[in-house]
Amino acid sequence: MAKTSARVRVPPKAKKDEIIEVKTLVSHEMESGVRKDSSGKIVPRNIINRFTAAFNGKVVFEAEWFPSVSANPYQSFFFKAQESGEFTFTWKDDQGQETTAKAKLEVA
Amino acid sequence: MISRREFVVAATAAASLATASGRSLAQVASSGKLTQDDLLRFDATGKVTLLHITDTHAQLNPVYFREPSVNLGVGETKGLPPHVTGAAFLDQFKIKPGSPQAYALTSEDFVALAKAYGRMGGFDRIAALVKAIRAERGDDNVLLLAGGDELQGSWTSLKTRGEDVLQALKALKLDAMVGHWEFTYGADRVKEIAEAGPFAFLAQNIRSLEWQEEVFPAAKVFERGGAKIAVIGQAYPRTPIANPRWMTPDWEFGLREDDLRRQVESARSGGADVVVLLSHNGFDVDRKLARRVKGLDVILTAHTHDAIPMAVEVDKTLLIASGSHGKFLSRLDLDVKDGRVAGYRFGLIPVFSDAIAPDAEMTKLVADARAPYAAELAREVGRTESVLYRRGNFNGTLDDVICQAMIEQRDVEIALSPAFRWGTSLLPGDPITFEAISNATAVTYPNCYRSAMTGKQFKDVLEDIADNIFNPDPYFQGGGDMVRLGGVGYAIDVAQPIGKRISNLTLLRSGAPIEADRSYTVAGWASVNQNVEGPPIWEVVERHVADRKTIKVEPNDAIKVTGA
Amino acid sequence: MMLFEQSRSRREAMRLAAISVAVAALTPRLAFAKPEDVKAEMDKLYGGKEMATGKLKLDMPEIAENGLVVPINIEVESPMTEADYVKSVSVFAEGNPFPRVLTYHFTPACGRAAASLRMRLAQTQNVIAVAETSTGQLYTAKSEVKVTIGGCGG
Repeated sequence: MAKTSARVRVPPKAKKDEIIEVKTLVSHEMESGVRKDSSGKIVPRNIINRFTAAFNGKVVFEAEWFPSVSANPYQSFFFKAQESGEFTFTWKDDQGQETTAKAKLEVA
Repeated sequence: MISRREFVVAATAAASLATASGRSLAQVASSGKLTQDDLLRFDATGKVTLLHITDTHAQLNPVYFREPSVNLGVGETKGLPPHVTGAAFLDQFKIKPGSPQAYALTSEDFVALAKAYGRMGGFDRIAALVKAIRAERGDDNVLLLAGGDELQGSWTSLKTRGEDVLQALKALKLDAMVGHWEFTYGADRVKEIAEAGPFAFLAQNIRSLEWQEEVFPAAKVFERGGAKIAVIGQAYPRTPIANPRWMTPDWEFGLREDDLRRQVESARSGGADVVVLLSHNGFDVDRKLARRVKGLDVILTAHTHDAIPMAVEVDKTLLIASGSHGKFLSRLDLDVKDGRVAGYRFGLIPVFSDAIAPDAEMTKLVADARAPYAAELAREVGRTESVLYRRGNFNGTLDDVICQAMIEQRDVEIALSPAFRWGTSLLPGDPITFEAISNATAVTYPNCYRSAMTGKQFKDVLEDIADNIFNPDPYFQGGGDMVRLGGVGYAIDVAQPIGKRISNLTLLRSGAPIEADRSYTVAGWASVNQNVEGPPIWEVVERHVADRKTIKVEPNDAIKVTGA
Repeated sequence: MMLFEQSRSRREAMRLAAISVAVAALTPRLAFAKPEDVKAEMDKLYGGKEMATGKLKLDMPEIAENGLVVPINIEVESPMTEADYVKSVSVFAEGNPFPRVLTYHFTPACGRAAASLRMRLAQTQNVIAVAETSTGQLYTAKSEVKVTIGGCGG
C-alpha cells in the first residue's frame, strides 16, 4: 500500500468568533482508474474518496472526492473559532487506507 | 557626444503628444526644430507625477522599432486603440503624416521617417528626461515605475541574467517594477532580484503552488507630493503558459481579480489617496479589468507594447500605454485633493535619441556593461536590403528570415517561429550584426528543435494559438501575436471560433494542400518544454545570414486574413 | 542537408501536437462526460429542482496553467447560522471522464461557506457548481476553463 503523509496549516491562535482558514495537503497519487500503464492495462482506481475535519470530536467539514481531484490533494476551508481544542483530519482511500493529522487551536 | 541632428518638424512632438486627454491634439502645430525642451514641455498639474516605462526589453541603447501595421481587435475591442494602425491611427489622433509623432507611433513611411528622425530610446536619454522631470517637480513628488519585460531581450541581458539592465534601473532610481520575461531567468534569479532591491518587485497574482501563499509583496505604498499612493503589482498572468512553466515550477499565476479587489480595498482602508495598478496584463485585458475591478485610479498597462498618445478613460480609471523598447516615457501628473484624484494631465513623451543630450553617468554605465561583449555584438554577419521588423499580428520580415533560416539550416518543410512582440528593426542597407540577430532571439530556452507533425496536429496547433490571440474575450487570450510560419500558407478568418479560423493550409514548396494524415518535418524554437535539443536559434540565423551575405525579403502573401 | 543532430522525446511531440499534458492523467481515448451526463447527475442529486444564480461564486482561472492542477475556489453567501447555512456544494465537469468532481458538506461551525482545492481538467470545458442551503435553496454557477498549449509569450 502506498505511503501517504499529510500536512496541515492552522493558525495556532485565534480570537473568539474569528473565522480562520484551514489548509491541508496529503500525498496520494489519486489514481483515476482510467489511466493505462505501459503494457496497456488500465491501472485500477485508487483515490482518496473522503476527507473529514473534526474539531473536539465533532465533524465540521467533509469532502467527497472523485477522480477529477488532482494528485496530492490540497483542501482548504474555513472555521469559526469558539473554544480551544484540537482538529482531527482524516483522509480515506478506496483501499481503505486511512491517514490522519491533528492540529491544536488556542482561542483567547 | 552625439551629433545633434536638426530636423524640421511639422509639429513639436512633445507639445502635441504631451497633451492632456480631452484637449485637441491638433491644437499645437507650429513648425520648428525638435529639441529636448520640446520633449519636456508639459503643462504641469497637481503635485504628484507618475513616470512609467515598460517593455524596454533590455535595449540600453537607442534602436529602431517599427510599430505594427496589423494589430487586429476582435469582439468589443474592434476598432478601438490599440487596434488602430497606420493612416487610421494618424487620423484618429489627428497626427500629421510625416511628423515625428507619425514616425514614433505608426509604421507609416517607416524607412523614410526613420532616416529623418533617427533611433529612439536609450537609457541615457531616458535618464536625462527623468532627471529633468525630477528637477522640475522635485524628487519627493515623482514616482518612477516599470511595467516589466525590462531585463530580457538583448545579448548582454541574456549573458548577465538581467544584471546590466538592473544596474541601469537602479541608476534611474526606479521605485517599483513587475515581471514577465524576468521569470525566464528562473525562480531563484527573480527572487534574488526582488530581495536585493532597492526598488520593489510586486506581484499580487503569484502564489506558491503548495500552500497558495504570496510569493512577492502584492503592493507598496509611497508618499509623493503629500499623497499616499498605493501601487499594486500584477505580473503577466499567463507566464506559465506562454513561457516555460518548469522555470517557475512552484508558482501559480493567473489574473486573480478577487484578490486584486481585496488589495484595492485594503489600500483604500489603509488611507491611500491614489491606487495604481502596475500591470503586465496587456491592454485589452486591463480595459476589461478596469470595468470589473472598481477603485483603481490608474492602470499602467504593458505587455502588448502599445503606445497610445492619450490616457484612455474607462469609467473612473485612467489607462496608460507607454509603448516598448525605450521609445516612450509616460508622464502622468495627478492633482490629488481630499483623498482622491481631482484632475490629471498626461503626456506620452517620445524618446527621440538625437534630440536629447544623454545623461553622462548612464552613458558610462551602459558602455561599461556592454564592453565585455563589444566584439561579439559588433560582429557583422551580413547586410539587409529590406526593412526587417517583427511586430504585428502576422509574420514580419524578420520572422520570414528566421523561418527561412530554420527551413534551410535544419532541412525541414515547415518552420514555426514564436510571435514575440519584442525585437528591434533594421533599415535597408543596415549591417546585420550579431547584436541585431540576438535582439530578436535572446531567450533562455533558445534550442531550435527538429521534429515531425501530422497535418492534423499542425492545424490543431494553429487553431489553438489563433484562439489565444483572437478569442473575443480578452480574459481568454494569452501569449503574443500569431505564430510565424515558414514553408506554409494559410487563410485565417479571425471572427470565427476555435477550430474554424484556419483554412487552405498549403505547403508552399509543392503548392499542395496540407494533408491531415501526412507527417511533415518541422523546426521551431523557444519551445516551453524542458530538455529540448538543438542548436540555439541565433546560431541557426547567423549561419543563414552568413550563407546569404545579403538578405532580401520578398513580400509575404502566403497569409490571407479575413473577418477583421 | 542535416547540419545538426536532433532528438526529441515523445512527450515533446505530444505537446507540440497540442495534446494537453492533462491527458496524461485522464487518457483522452476514454469516453468523456458530456453536458448531458452532468445534467443527469445533477438531476439525480437535486431532482431537477430550480436553481438560482448569484449567491454562489465559482472562481477558476480562465486559462489553465497546468491541466493537472487547476485551482478551484468556491464561496457561497450565507449567514452560516443553525437556522440558515450552506449544507453542501457539489462540482461537476462537462469534459472529464467522470461528471462529478466533489461534494462538500459544510456546517454552521465553518463560519464561512468557502473552500479551495485543485482539480484535473482533460480539455477546455465548463465546470458547474451547485450549492444547497439548509432552507432548501439551490444556487448554481458555471466557469469555462480553457486548456491550451499556450501562445508564444508576447
